[in-house]
Amino acid sequence: MTDPVGKKPGLFKRVTGSRELRRQPLFTGISWLVLLFLYAPVAVLIVFSFNDNRSVVRWTEFSLRWYTAALDNGDIRRSALISLEVALTATVFATVIATMAALATARGGAFRGRSAAIALINQPLMIPEIVTAIATLSFFSILRQLTGVTGLGWLILAHTVFCIPFAYMPIRARLSDMPATFEEAAADLYAAPWQVFRHVTLPLLMPGVMAGAMLAFVVSLDDVIITLLVAGPGETTLPIYILGQIRRGVTPEVNAVSTILIAVTVAMVALTFLLQRKRK
Amino acid sequence: MRDALQTQSKLRSAQATRAARKRRARLLLLLPALLVIGLFGLAPLSIALVYSFLEPGTYGGVEWVFSPDAYVQFLYERDIFDDTLVFNSAYLQIFGRSFGLAVITMIGTLIVGFPVAYFIAARPPEQRNFWLFAITLPFWTNLLIRTYSMLLIVRDEGFINLMLIKAGLISKPLEMLYTDGAVLAGLVYSYLPFMILPIYASLEKFDFSLLEAGHDLYATRFNVFRHIVIPLTRPGIVAGCALVLIPALGAYITPELLGGGKKLMIGNLIALQFGAGRNWPFGSAAALILMALVLIALLVSLRAGASKEGGND
Repeated sequence: MTDPVGKKPGLFKRVTGSRELRRQPLFTGISWLVLLFLYAPVAVLIVFSFNDNRSVVRWTEFSLRWYTAALDNGDIRRSALISLEVALTATVFATVIATMAALATARGGAFRGRSAAIALINQPLMIPEIVTAIATLSFFSILRQLTGVTGLGWLILAHTVFCIPFAYMPIRARLSDMPATFEEAAADLYAAPWQVFRHVTLPLLMPGVMAGAMLAFVVSLDDVIITLLVAGPGETTLPIYILGQIRRGVTPEVNAVSTILIAVTVAMVALTFLLQRKRK
Repeated sequence: MRDALQTQSKLRSAQATRAARKRRARLLLLLPALLVIGLFGLAPLSIALVYSFLEPGTYGGVEWVFSPDAYVQFLYERDIFDDTLVFNSAYLQIFGRSFGLAVITMIGTLIVGFPVAYFIAARPPEQRNFWLFAITLPFWTNLLIRTYSMLLIVRDEGFINLMLIKAGLISKPLEMLYTDGAVLAGLVYSYLPFMILPIYASLEKFDFSLLEAGHDLYATRFNVFRHIVIPLTRPGIVAGCALVLIPALGAYITPELLGGGKKLMIGNLIALQFGAGRNWPFGSAAALILMALVLIALLVSLRAGASKEGGND
């Protein structure tokens, strides 16, 4: 481009001062529109879950009737309990396993196969969920036949696998940010490795562990595709119940349950955010 | 002198045992993760490979008889009467459609996502946290519920139509649901945070005084973007593109709810084979072909990310 100084307005204008340069008025507009785009549909869903009317679009009056209806619904209560059982168990397993793996990869020094190990841990993130779902279904159907074992354990196992990388990320991040000096000092004062872990590493690492556990919980609680294929008969989780209802048609009851699920997620993620921000 | 030597060798052997202990501890700590993910995350993929070469069972599952039919079926249809193979592009079309929709989603999220990432990175630090939280939150929120909320908005009797009719702009509701446009909007809505966050991560470290330097050397706003901002954020852009393309290719919920099950994407085709279709081998084959597409996308993105070192490109 030949010297365009001061010749063309807007995009081609030469601007001075770094504050001026950072500002892109168009980008500001786009960003606020994106925020609207991301939140407006969910906001409409939440607002109309408090509507005293069967219609999901015409507002009449504020009411909690769909929440009472949802809580009185036996199917919803049952599926909510199954969801909680699966999510809590998978979270505990995934968090313990991820914490151990994070200690090995962040505190074990450099070793051969380290990046391969990290890649394997992150593997569930790299594969489309539908592929994981059908592969797990195929594998478990063989194992179910061979072992004769049925029950919720299989679903919990499937959830544990994809929860591990989500729990691993914040724990690993926290460990990398934590200087090893306190642990070294404790070891110099003749603390056994287990004591160092129990009294020094773990208390310092706790915010990371909590963040990891909450993310794992949220991811498990919200899973649809893998659960849809792997769950056996009678193992309907809340999202699967919701999917079934949506397929049958839109009901305000579903809006109420969805709002509760969103509230749980928002609370968990907000807590995670605060935990991770504190470290700075 | 001898004492000193002895202590030295003692020290050395103590160091050696400590190193060995450290190795063992490391292995024990890693083992559960590697076992669980290796056995129940990686091994099932090879089972899918085996299944894709078997015959379908009558009530789902497989018959343990070798058959390449699943892959043949992908391109050909067997005539019921004379058993000849006839070329059938239906499945290729589904793959093509999915790939097209995923690529458009990727481009769409990039065009919209880059300005947002830039805007956040240029905020003063205390405002960044608010924006990051606002962009991250939808990422964690249940995809099914978010897609459902989109459905509430674009339905015939949905929010948009209601508003447009109230405003007197239209008299009859626009049919938006169950169209490619609705699926596309849903995909962008679902995966936009995946594009914004990695681009932000690479812009976060961006030194904004470089812009000033560029302008001091008489570059236009556009040229500063083209020659300074874009090349320096390339790793983030490439990562964002991969993170959007991969899940968009395998999307299930979005086309299911917003495409009405008629506008199939690969994800729905695969799930269908394991449900009502009762053709597990064909479903496995389709899943493996999807995996191959994903691997190609990953390799391309790795190369695109690495060639940055090569200079101006």
